[in-house]
Amino acid sequence: MSACPDKLLLIHGLADGELDAANTLAIEAHLKTCADCRAELALIEAMREVLRDDALTHRAPQALRNRIDAALDAAATPTSSAPRRSAPPPPRAPYALAGGGAIAAHVWNGRWASGAMVGIAASLALMIAMPQLTHTGTEDQLVQSHIRSLMVGHLTDIPTSNRHVVKPWFNGKIDFAPPVPELADEGFPLVGGRLDYIDDHAVAAIVYRRRLHTINLFVRPAGTLSLPFGETRRLEGYSLVRWTKGGLEYWAVSDLDPGELQLFHTTFVARAVP
Amino acid sequence: MSGRSLFRPHLVFSARRDGRADEAARDRAEQFRQIMLPHMDAAYSLARYLTRDATAAEDIVQDAFLRAFRGFDTWRGDNSKAWLLAIVRNCFLNSVGPNRAVAMTEADMVALADPADAQNPETIVAGRREAAMLRHTIEQLPEPFREAIVLREMEELAYKDIAAITNVPIGTVMSRLARARQMLGQMLMPEPGASREARS
Repeated sequence: MSACPDKLLLIHGLADGELDAANTLAIEAHLKTCADCRAELALIEAMREVLRDDALTHRAPQALRNRIDAALDAAATPTSSAPRRSAPPPPRAPYALAGGGAIAAHVWNGRWASGAMVGIAASLALMIAMPQLTHTGTEDQLVQSHIRSLMVGHLTDIPTSNRHVVKPWFNGKIDFAPPVPELADEGFPLVGGRLDYIDDHAVAAIVYRRRLHTINLFVRPAGTLSLPFGETRRLEGYSLVRWTKGGLEYWAVSDLDPGELQLFHTTFVARAVP
Repeated sequence: MSGRSLFRPHLVFSARRDGRADEAARDRAEQFRQIMLPHMDAAYSLARYLTRDATAAEDIVQDAFLRAFRGFDTWRGDNSKAWLLAIVRNCFLNSVGPNRAVAMTEADMVALADPADAQNPETIVAGRREAAMLRHTIEQLPEPFREAIVLREMEELAYKDIAAITNVPIGTVMSRLARARQMLGQMLMPEPGASREARS
């Protein structure tokens, strides 16, 4: 237990991986000849093993998360903060009825009151604010999610061009298995995969590229209400192509022009082996 | 708790929605969430070890996140966890006020002089590895050593980050770590050989 006093800090530095090459060599040479210093190093490592136990760190309680969530929303006003797991953004279509708006706003507030209400609030807000089946807040979320993915260097959770890596990566993170075909030879190289949240559900986001453009392909189980046919539309300058196949719903989002994204769609469908 | 915030979102509907300033602010808020919220456990854990009190820790973490949000523009894009933890620590220091050094040291000395678990050697060995016991033991360390060891071993931060967070030179971080480990070693493993056998 009595390591050489002049070596003590170096031993700790070595254990912490903080020494430069010269010091590392010097202290390693010393350790070979000094049993006391070796004991000190062993003690550090034994203690580290004990301290690295996850049970020792405290987890933030859910109530605290909710409080901070609400506090951040309040602090972010006049904007209400972006709705990552939340109700859809304010619809850009004007409300038909002022009363409808008031109710929707009320429902919207449910989110700030309780995280558990999010799902209900989202679906209610959707139903009240957007009665049309074909144009749901989902598309806004998809475009926002696409934009976010480009913004903060968070395009992929698993950055790899190897589809054999991307596909298993989704295992256990989502309860469906999206096909991940390799399309590089068709001019759509695979970039990686990511988990995302749309309509409060985890979805797979598979990322492809077309020249310098990024394509986010969101995949989720097709809901009972989902329409069986495909469609193409543009939203805020982004192209969206939707299709369903094998019980899964696909949304491709990109700043490519709709024609090229349509080409991606046909290429993907042709190559996808479920 | 969030009485005021309950009514804020109305503004979204009444105010102009598509102004550029709004857009930028929303992006900023979203970016903050993505970068900083993942560190909430780390922030809370550090606050718990600093305060040794669950309620106080919650208040400090909430305070810290709000300050971090307001000061997000000053974050330079380097280690986000270290940046946030430094704010957590500052909030803690603010919360305890200037008297803390004296008060803490006294309590620490008492705790150190009388380790709560110095009774039966067998229960010591059995309980050694229990998380609650370990946490308690770590909480016995005087503050500078406690925060150094928590930041290093639990949050796995580099010396330079710990130095930045605790506002001391790297040399001080090193000596505090060495001292913290020595103290912990004495508290956890009175006879190194025996305890290591017990653990395997």
